[in-house]
Amino acid sequence: MLSDKDRIFTNIYGREDFRLAGARKRGDWDGTAAILARGRDGIVAEMKASNLRGRGGAGFPTGLKWSFMPKVSDGRPHYLVINGDESEPGTCKDREIIRHEPHKLIESALIASFAMGAHTAYIYIRGEYYNESRNLQVAIDEAYEAGLIGRNACGSGWDFDFFIHRGAGAYICGEETALLESLEGKKGLPRMKPPFPAAMGLYGCPTTVNNVESIAVASTILRRGGAWFSSFGRPNNVGTKLFAISGHVNRPCVVEEELGLPMREIIERHAGGVRGGWDNLLAVIPGGCSVPILPKATCDTVLMDFDALRAERSGLGTAAMIVMDRSTDVVEAIARFARFFKHESCGQCTPCREGTGWMMRVMDRMVKGRAEIEEIDMLEQVTRQVEGHTICALGDAAAWPIQGLIRHFRPVMEERIAAYKAAHPSGVKGAGLAPTPSNIPGNTLPVAAE
Amino acid sequence: MARVTVDGIQVEVANGSSVLQACEAAGKEIPRFCYHERLSIAGNCRMCLVEVEKAPKPVASCGYPVMDGMVVKTDTAVVRKARRAVMEFLLINHPLDCPICDQGGECDLQDQAYSYGADHSRYAENKRAVKDKYLGPLVKTVMTRCIQCTRCVRFATEVAGVPELGATSRGENMEIGTYVEKALTSELSGNLIDICPVGALTSKPYAFMARPWELKRSDSIDVMDAVGTNISIHARGAEVLRILPRTNDEVNEEWMADKGRFSFDGFRRRRLDQPWVRAHGKLQPARWQDAFVAIAHGLQGVHGDRIGAIAGDLCDAESMVALRDLMVSLGSPNLDCRQDGARYDTTRREFYTFNTSIAGIEESDALLLVGCDPRHEAPVLNARIRKRYLAGRYPIGVIGHPTADLTYGAEIIGDRPAALTGLLEGGLAFAEVLKSAKRPMIVVGQAALARDDGAAVLAACWKLAESVGALADDWHGFNVLHHAASRVAALDIGFLPGRGGRSVAGMMSGGVDVLWLLGADEFHPARIGPDTFVIYQGHHGDAGASRADVILPGATYAEKPGTYVNTEGRVQRAFQAIMPPGEAKEDWRIIRAFSEVIGMTLPYDNLDAVRARLTEVNPVFGVQGLPRFGSGDRSGPAGDVAALGNAAFAPGIGDYYLTNAISRASPTMQECSRVYTQPVVQAAE
Amino acid sequence: MSTAETLADSASETLPDALREEIRLLGQHEAHPRAACIEALQRVQREFRWVSDAHLREVAGLLGMSAADLDGVATYFNLIFRRPVGRRVLLLCDSVSCWLMGRERLEAHLSARLGIRPGQTTPDGDVTLLPTVCLGHCDHAPALMLGDALHGDVDTQKLDAILEAAG
Repeated sequence: MLSDKDRIFTNIYGREDFRLAGARKRGDWDGTAAILARGRDGIVAEMKASNLRGRGGAGFPTGLKWSFMPKVSDGRPHYLVINGDESEPGTCKDREIIRHEPHKLIESALIASFAMGAHTAYIYIRGEYYNESRNLQVAIDEAYEAGLIGRNACGSGWDFDFFIHRGAGAYICGEETALLESLEGKKGLPRMKPPFPAAMGLYGCPTTVNNVESIAVASTILRRGGAWFSSFGRPNNVGTKLFAISGHVNRPCVVEEELGLPMREIIERHAGGVRGGWDNLLAVIPGGCSVPILPKATCDTVLMDFDALRAERSGLGTAAMIVMDRSTDVVEAIARFARFFKHESCGQCTPCREGTGWMMRVMDRMVKGRAEIEEIDMLEQVTRQVEGHTICALGDAAAWPIQGLIRHFRPVMEERIAAYKAAHPSGVKGAGLAPTPSNIPGNTLPVAAE
Repeated sequence: MARVTVDGIQVEVANGSSVLQACEAAGKEIPRFCYHERLSIAGNCRMCLVEVEKAPKPVASCGYPVMDGMVVKTDTAVVRKARRAVMEFLLINHPLDCPICDQGGECDLQDQAYSYGADHSRYAENKRAVKDKYLGPLVKTVMTRCIQCTRCVRFATEVAGVPELGATSRGENMEIGTYVEKALTSELSGNLIDICPVGALTSKPYAFMARPWELKRSDSIDVMDAVGTNISIHARGAEVLRILPRTNDEVNEEWMADKGRFSFDGFRRRRLDQPWVRAHGKLQPARWQDAFVAIAHGLQGVHGDRIGAIAGDLCDAESMVALRDLMVSLGSPNLDCRQDGARYDTTRREFYTFNTSIAGIEESDALLLVGCDPRHEAPVLNARIRKRYLAGRYPIGVIGHPTADLTYGAEIIGDRPAALTGLLEGGLAFAEVLKSAKRPMIVVGQAALARDDGAAVLAACWKLAESVGALADDWHGFNVLHHAASRVAALDIGFLPGRGGRSVAGMMSGGVDVLWLLGADEFHPARIGPDTFVIYQGHHGDAGASRADVILPGATYAEKPGTYVNTEGRVQRAFQAIMPPGEAKEDWRIIRAFSEVIGMTLPYDNLDAVRARLTEVNPVFGVQGLPRFGSGDRSGPAGDVAALGNAAFAPGIGDYYLTNAISRASPTMQECSRVYTQPVVQAAE
Repeated sequence: MSTAETLADSASETLPDALREEIRLLGQHEAHPRAACIEALQRVQREFRWVSDAHLREVAGLLGMSAADLDGVATYFNLIFRRPVGRRVLLLCDSVSCWLMGRERLEAHLSARLGIRPGQTTPDGDVTLLPTVCLGHCDHAPALMLGDALHGDVDTQKLDAILEAAG
C-alpha cells in the first residue's frame, strides 16, 4: 500500500488549485534549475536508475528510451512529443494529470526535453479533452509568464517551448508514429519501423514519444531519486502507477498505487470492491481494451504489474481495470471491443483493415449464437492471421481480446450457439444473412436528417 | 555495401537497400501489391512479408532496410502462412468477378491467388461494395475491386504531380477518389491503369475489348510528341486495341502520356485508304497507277526550283530520306520540315537537340525553361523534371507562361525575351542561381524558335548556357525541346531548304508550282497558292488532304516499320504492328514506286537499304543509344542576340489532346478535349 | 425546408476574414503550415458546426494543401463533421465501461425523448446524437459530452436535467 507521502500525484482528484500557486505548494517547480544543472547524462542516469517503464502500455524502459536520442545534434532539432491521446476504452488516467497536475507535466517536460537535447516539446491531446487542454494551456501561459519555460527556462540557460496540439478523435493517433504523422498535419497512419523516432521522428528529426504519465513522474523521480522510485513494486516492475478502475465496482476511481499489488486488493481497497462482492466477479480486463480478459479464478491471485499479467497471457497495458460482474454478457463485451477496433483501424494495412471487419462480423453473430461451433476455431485462426502481420500494434490489440475470450469463455460461446440452434430448428447459419448492424456507425460522419 | 544471405544465397547490395531488393538480387521473387519501385514505399499490403533472423515477427521486405550480415528467409512455413493470410484478407472483400474484369489475365491479385490463394472462402459475411468514382474519359473505375494499396494516390501525387486523388475515411471504409467528382487533370492519367494491381482502375476505351492473351504485341515508338516514348502496340487482327508503355529508363522509365496511349482510335477514322485524284475540281477515287501518272503529269515541264516538299510532324526518317532523295533527283532545293517556321542552326547537332538527355535531368541542379511548356509538349519528360524537383534543391526558372501548373515549383522570371537579356546581363537574380549551380540546364522550346526572332532566342539561350557554366567538358546543359516527333530526324537528314531553296513560307502563296506534302497538316490549306499542284501523302483526311490534287494513302506509325529520332537525338526503331488499311502503303515504298514511274528510280528497294541510305546521309542513324557528351566547341549558333524581339513567348501547342491528324481524328481525344479544355464547373455534392 | 437544408444553410459562405487570418497565422506558427490543419478545421467547426466543401477548400488553400489531401485528414477523424450537425452535438460514450454501467438505457431514453436514432439530428436541428468510442471518463461511467461539457455518472434523470439546462 502506498502511503500518502509517497504519492507523486497529490492533486489527482483536483481538490486543490491546478494553477501555478497551487502547484508550487505541492512542490512543483522547486529547484528545477538545480535538476537541470545535473546535466543530460546525470538526468538520464537517474531515470535509468529508477527503472521506470513506460506508462502508455508497452512498458519500454523510459530512461533507456531517452538515452537513444543522439548525444550531439547533427543540425536537426530534437523533439519531445508527449502522447496525450488517451483513447483506450477504460483508460482515464492521463486526463486527470492534464487537468489537475498540468505543472507537474510541464516541469517534467522541461527536464525530459533538456535531457534529450530538445528545445521544443509538443503534447498531442485527444480532441475530446477540450477542457483539459484549456487547463494545460492556462498552466503553460503561467509558466511562460513566470519564466519557468521559454527563453532561459528557470534561469537554466536552456530555451524551451511547449506546444499543445489537439487531435480530433482517432484512437490510432495514440500509436507513436501515427501521432507524429498527425502532428505534421497528415492522416494518422502509423509509419513502418525502422527508422524509429529517435533517429527519424517528427519532421524527420530525432524524437522521443512518451506517455503523459511517463513524463509527469520524471520531476518527482529526479527530486526524490531513482532509488526511491524503484523501492516500490517488484523487480523489473517498480514504482507507483495510476490505476483506473471502472465497471462493476462500488466506487470506480483513478488511484495511484504501487505496482505489483494483488488486483483484488486494489479493487477492494480503492474501488469499494466488486458490486455484490468478490464472488459476484466474472472477469476483469486488466489494462484497457487491447489486453486479454482474465476470468475470476485468475483475478483472485494475480498481481497488477507487467510481468505477472504477462505470465497470465494478458498485460498491464494502461493499468485500466474494467471489472465485470456475473450479470455481464462477456461475449457482447468482447464484441464491443471488436466493433471498436474495426471502427478505429486506420485501414492502411491489409490484415487489420480486412481482419478487424471480419472479426467484428463473426463476433456479432457469436453474441446471438448465430454461428457454427467450428467458427470459433476459425475466428481464432483469423485473429492469428492478423496478429503480428500489421504495421502497428493495433492488429495485435484487436486480436488479443478475442483470443482471451475464446481461451477463457469458450463454453459460453458454445452454449450460446447451441441455444440459438435450439430456438431456430430450421437450421440457420450465419452465411448470407444480413450483417448485424453495428452500434457504432461504420463511418464517422453523422447521418443526414431526412 | 551490405552482405545479406537470402535463403542461403549470399548477395551484396548497396547500404540503404531494402530487404526486398536484396531478395531480388538473390533471384527470389517476392510477391507484392503496394510496392512499386518508382513510387514511395507504403508497406501496407503486407504481401511481401519475409522472415529476418532475430526479428520477432515477419517483416515487410519492401520497407525494411538491409543490414550487413542479415539473414533472410523467403520461403518458410511462417512466410507462406503469412502470405496466405494476407491473400485471404484481400479476397474476402474482393468481388471475384474475374470473368467480367478487364484486368483478368494480367491481374496481380489473380496471379498471386494461384500461389497463395485458398480453394474456398471461409468468409461467410456480406462483402463490401464501394461506389465507383468518375476520373474522366480515360480511366474506368470499379472501386469494389480496390485493395487500397494506394499506388494510384502515390502515382498521382508523386509522379503526375496532381494532388486530386486521395483516400478518404478510415479502416474498412477507406475509399480512393477525387475530392470532388471530376476528371483527373493529368496528361499522365493512363498510367494509373498500369499501376493499379487489380481491376479497380482500367482503361475506359479498352473496356470489354479483349483478353491480353489474344493480343499481338509490337514494339514501337510514340510519335505524339518528341520524347520518343517506348511503347508496345497491342493489336488483334487489323485493329489496335490498346497501347502500353515499354520500360526504358533512359527515356520514359515506364510511363507514357495519355495522347500516345489513347489516340489510336483515330487510326480507323478519316483514313485515306485509297489514292484520289482531283478531276474537274473534285477528288475522285483512283488506282495507284493513275495517281502516279497524275503526279508525273503535274511535274511535266516544271523546273526543279518550282517544286517543293514539306515533311510533317509524324513522319518516319525512312520516308523523309526517300522524299529528299526524290526532290534532289528532281533538282528541287525546296525542302522543309518546319511547318511552324522554327529557326535552327543545323551546323552542329547540339544546337537542336536535348543535350543533357532526359535521364540527365536527374543530375542537373538548376533549370531554366524558355518559351516551353513541358507539361503539355512532353508530359513524360515533365515527369522527369518533377522527379528531379522532388529530390530537392532544384531551383527552376521559367521565361514564358505555361498554360497550366507545371507540377513543380517554378519561378516565373519574365514572359518575353527581355528576361533573357536580363539574365545575360546579370540584372536578374536567377542568373546567380544558374551561375552557382554546378550542372545547370537551359531548355528552349520549339515554339520559342518559331518566332521572327527565333534565331536570336536560340543564340541568346546558348550564350546564356555558356555564360552560366552550363557548357562544360563533362556537362551539356543546352537543350532544345521539340514537340514534333519527326523534327530531329528531319534536321539530321537535312530536310531543309538547299542553296537558294524556299522554306515553308516561301513555298506557300504560289512560291512553287508543285508541292509534295508528306503528312504535313499543321497549316491552313488556304495559304497554298491557288495554282499550286498539291500532292498529299499521308494517312488522314486532315488539312493537307483537303487541298490536295493527288492523294497518296500512307501508313500511320503503327502500320509501318520506322526510324524516329527523339528530342534528345536518340535514334529508335518502331516495328509494324498492323497492316495499313485498304490500299494504303508504307510511305517510303510509295515514294520509291513513284520514282520508278518517272524514271528516276531511287537506289533502294528494301528496308535495310533505306536504312543504309539514312546512315550514309548522316552517320547518327547508325548510332545505337545516346552517347552522353559534354560540350567541346563553345562557339554558338548563328543568330544575333541584339535582334531579340519584345513579343511575349506563346504556348507551343494549343489543345494538348488535338495536336495532329491522328489525335484530331480520335473520338477519345475529342472527348478529352471537350472535358479538359472546356471544363464544366460541377457543384460540390 | 428539410432539416438537412436548415442545417446546411451556412455551407456556401466563405470564411469570415478574421477566421481566415487566424488560420493563416496558425499555419505560419508551425514548421509546416499543414501541421495546423486539425486545429484549423476545429475552428471552422466552432463557427459553422461542420466543415462544408467550400470551407474545406478554403482551409486547404490557406495551409498550402490540396483539397483532396485535407479531405483525407478531415474524414479520418471522428470529431470533424463533413456533414451538417445540429446546434448541439451530444457524444454518448459507447465504451465497454459505459456499457457496463448502463449506457444503453441512456441511449434508449435519448432516442425516445429526442425522437432520433444515434447518428441523426432532431428535426428542429437542435441536437445531433452521436455514439463515440470512448470519452476517457470511465471512472464516472456512463459519460457523455454535450458540446464542450463533460458529464459523468449520468442517469436518465440527470440526462433530462443536462438537456434542459443547456437547451
